[in-house]
Amino acid sequence: MLHPGAWWLWALGLVVAATRTTNPLLLLAMIAVAALVVAARRTASPWSRSFVAFLALGAVLVVVRLVFAALFVDAVPGATVLVTLPELALPEVVAGLRVGGGVTAEALLFALYQGLQLMAVLAAVGAANALADPRRLLRTVPGALYEVGVALVVALTYAPRLVEDAVRVRRAQRLRGRPPRGLTGVARTAVPVLEGGLATSIDLAAAMDSRGFARAAAVPVRWRRLSASLVLLGLVGTIIALFALLGGGLLPTAGLPLLAISTTLAIAGALMAGRRSRRTRYRPDPWRVAEWVTAASGVVAAVGVGAAAALDPGALDPVGILPLAAPAISAMALAAVLVAALPCVATPPPPSGVPTSTSRPQQSRAGASEAGVYA
Amino acid sequence: MIRFDDVSVTYPGADSPALRNVHLALDEGEMGLVVGPTGAGKSTLLRAVNGLVPHFSGGTLAGSVTVDGRSTREHRPRDLADTVGVVLQDPTSGFVADVVEDELAFGMEWLGLAPPVMRRRVEETLDLLGLTELRSRTLATLSGGQRQRVAIGAALTVHPRVLVLDEPTSALDPQGAEDVLAALQRLVHDLGLTVLVAEHRLERVVQYADRVIELTGDGTVREGTPADVMAHCPIAPPVVELARLAGWSPVPLSVRDARRRAAGLRRELEPQMDGHATADTAEASAAGAAGPVAVADDLRLRYGAVTALRGVSLRLHRHEIVALMGRNGAGKSSLLACLAGLTRPATGRLSVGGLDPRRADPADLVQAVGLVPQQPGDLLYATSVAEECRTADEDGGRAVGSTHAVLERLAPDVPLDRHPRDLSEGQRLMLALAIVLAAQPQLLLLDEPTRGLDYQAKHRLVGVLRRLAAAGHSVVLATHDVELVAESSHRVAILADGELVADGPVAGVLASSPAFAPQVAKVMAPQPWLTVDDVARALGRAG
Repeated sequence: MLHPGAWWLWALGLVVAATRTTNPLLLLAMIAVAALVVAARRTASPWSRSFVAFLALGAVLVVVRLVFAALFVDAVPGATVLVTLPELALPEVVAGLRVGGGVTAEALLFALYQGLQLMAVLAAVGAANALADPRRLLRTVPGALYEVGVALVVALTYAPRLVEDAVRVRRAQRLRGRPPRGLTGVARTAVPVLEGGLATSIDLAAAMDSRGFARAAAVPVRWRRLSASLVLLGLVGTIIALFALLGGGLLPTAGLPLLAISTTLAIAGALMAGRRSRRTRYRPDPWRVAEWVTAASGVVAAVGVGAAAALDPGALDPVGILPLAAPAISAMALAAVLVAALPCVATPPPPSGVPTSTSRPQQSRAGASEAGVYA
Repeated sequence: MIRFDDVSVTYPGADSPALRNVHLALDEGEMGLVVGPTGAGKSTLLRAVNGLVPHFSGGTLAGSVTVDGRSTREHRPRDLADTVGVVLQDPTSGFVADVVEDELAFGMEWLGLAPPVMRRRVEETLDLLGLTELRSRTLATLSGGQRQRVAIGAALTVHPRVLVLDEPTSALDPQGAEDVLAALQRLVHDLGLTVLVAEHRLERVVQYADRVIELTGDGTVREGTPADVMAHCPIAPPVVELARLAGWSPVPLSVRDARRRAAGLRRELEPQMDGHATADTAEASAAGAAGPVAVADDLRLRYGAVTALRGVSLRLHRHEIVALMGRNGAGKSSLLACLAGLTRPATGRLSVGGLDPRRADPADLVQAVGLVPQQPGDLLYATSVAEECRTADEDGGRAVGSTHAVLERLAPDVPLDRHPRDLSEGQRLMLALAIVLAAQPQLLLLDEPTRGLDYQAKHRLVGVLRRLAAAGHSVVLATHDVELVAESSHRVAILADGELVADGPVAGVLASSPAFAPQVAKVMAPQPWLTVDDVARALGRAG
């Protein structure tokens, strides 16, 4: 089993690479690389099936973007009119917005490329989700963040099981005869799935509580509050900085220092808080060559695509080129993306366990959420 | 070690307390068994031991609960984690790691034990519970019995003085249950652990218990030695019922004790054996005479790398109840799913009521075959029983009220205005059964119907199934419950590793197998009686 952090670094590299380009060929290559690695290295655990769900979500987003691009003619100028839809007369107030009219190939391509970019990001996140056991990842989180940990474990267990449960419930619903479709069908699946998931999560929380999760040593309240706010502040800052850097809304000169400061704050807070936790680690996940290779391959993809974007903006950003043409491909960027497929061979193969259906017995009463009191 | 002083628990919004003035004392090294009907407060009692009730569940607790001198009033469940190990009803939903070893270490990590100590204790626990080969396996790939042992092991690594288990064997096949109980026996005898366990399947545990705590249903408890409580407890394993029938006192609790007493009874019934055998074969041939309702020929099914069925052939007839048995993961559920058209077997011939489940329209298929899934709740989604019945009628395009009429026949006591989630396990099963039966399928399949059912609910289920078979249905139930099979079924089919290894009349198949023989059969061997009712009838004939 690879260190889950390595998978997330690798995926982060792919995400960064995807944000640097709208070249459809490169983006498709990234999705293919993610799929390849998932196929080669995923385990038999339930969440390893979530990759397909992420891909499906990406595909839906692409379609939605295309439909919107066809309906709402936006600012992309284009000469190649494919089809002309009847135009909707809108009041003066919303001048500038046109509904209907000529649908140009340029507008559709623009939407397609942007949609693909989103899909590539989702594929990378989905791959990390499928490859890295979220519970193992949580084990590597500093012991200080245990309150957050409780919430995360419950959420992470809840999410992938929902997919499994939904499949099971949909099958069961067929036993009632006419399989319901549309909204009713969704509601009929959702109700038992959510109910079951909630009961499971409550059971899990009860089990964790009984096993000593979140036992803390006596620490002054002020110390605890200080460390918690440091961590929170640092995390928020890091997210803003990353968002700004990736979205390109902020210059690297402002974004990088912000990132550095926030990360330092978060780490300092975590270290401070960590002093109160007496938690020890049983055989911590080692960080070996395979982990280095995996993380590095992600970094190479990000840096390679980024550098290519700086050197040859035209090839990596074909949207800017108005005359319709097949997108050119930058050999350097493509090579960098292909490097990210390295974990297929460079990491140890997953243990071959025989997957059996996870059985869940009857639900106990979904416990009341408020804490109990003594008379 | 465990002390309850005048404990009452009331949940918010409940009319009456779940536990009422409970006094209880369990000494070190004792094994206490909690018995009682569903909803009598077994889980509440167990969860009160480490303070999950009321710290986690909500509600009000009056009186005091102390464990090893520590009161749950001052100590939260997490603070008691080094004293009390808890294994909740469903081990799967309590797992936090994905590999056996990590799961075992989880509790110790939070107690802050030094890494070398953790390493040693994990090794010890692996040995103690026979988990050594599974140490690096993913939890999701384990069988039910293995999971249960891992959950027990995870509770044990912190070296608790008290272990609390909620229905540790109810989802397990007989062999898995034996493994778990043997492990518990060892813990009590070798380590002096105090164990408190709740279980519906009394036949499996009562002989190991030192004290029995009986929840009477109104929140109060009766406590005593197993023999005393079992002498008049309404919930009793077959061996105790046999003792009551034969008038043995004190009541034997194990097959061994009962067998010693049964010599006289066996002599008395000796002349009845021939008559019984002929009646049995007559019944079987009557069932076979009418043509089969469903035919499966050489079914093969694979899920990815796993082969679920390898060439299963089975014929199902009207008026017949067939029990499908076998280990967890032997292919029982897969076979039922094939018959119900939920899964398509790779090869083989399949015909149910003249339809091919692989190709038939689901709306037609439900009129030929009905399946009650392992979790009946999967079928339900409405907010009240009445609404559930109404939508079932709409789904099937049937006259309004037909599902309700079926439910009325099966279980008139199910309250119509109740939310399905708030029904007892038995009532929920009856509701799902009514929905499936409303389409009037000839073939009725039930997947593990007795999970979480107490003896009363089980008796009712047996009555319902027998009535359905008499009315011409063909019934198949996949189950681990040998006592249920002995009481209800005509024929047993045993699956092992996707193959049918036995298929024949109940008496022949069950009595000859040490793992599957019901208690009465073990006591009365070599005579062919399987249930207390059999013996009672034979006694009636004898005079």
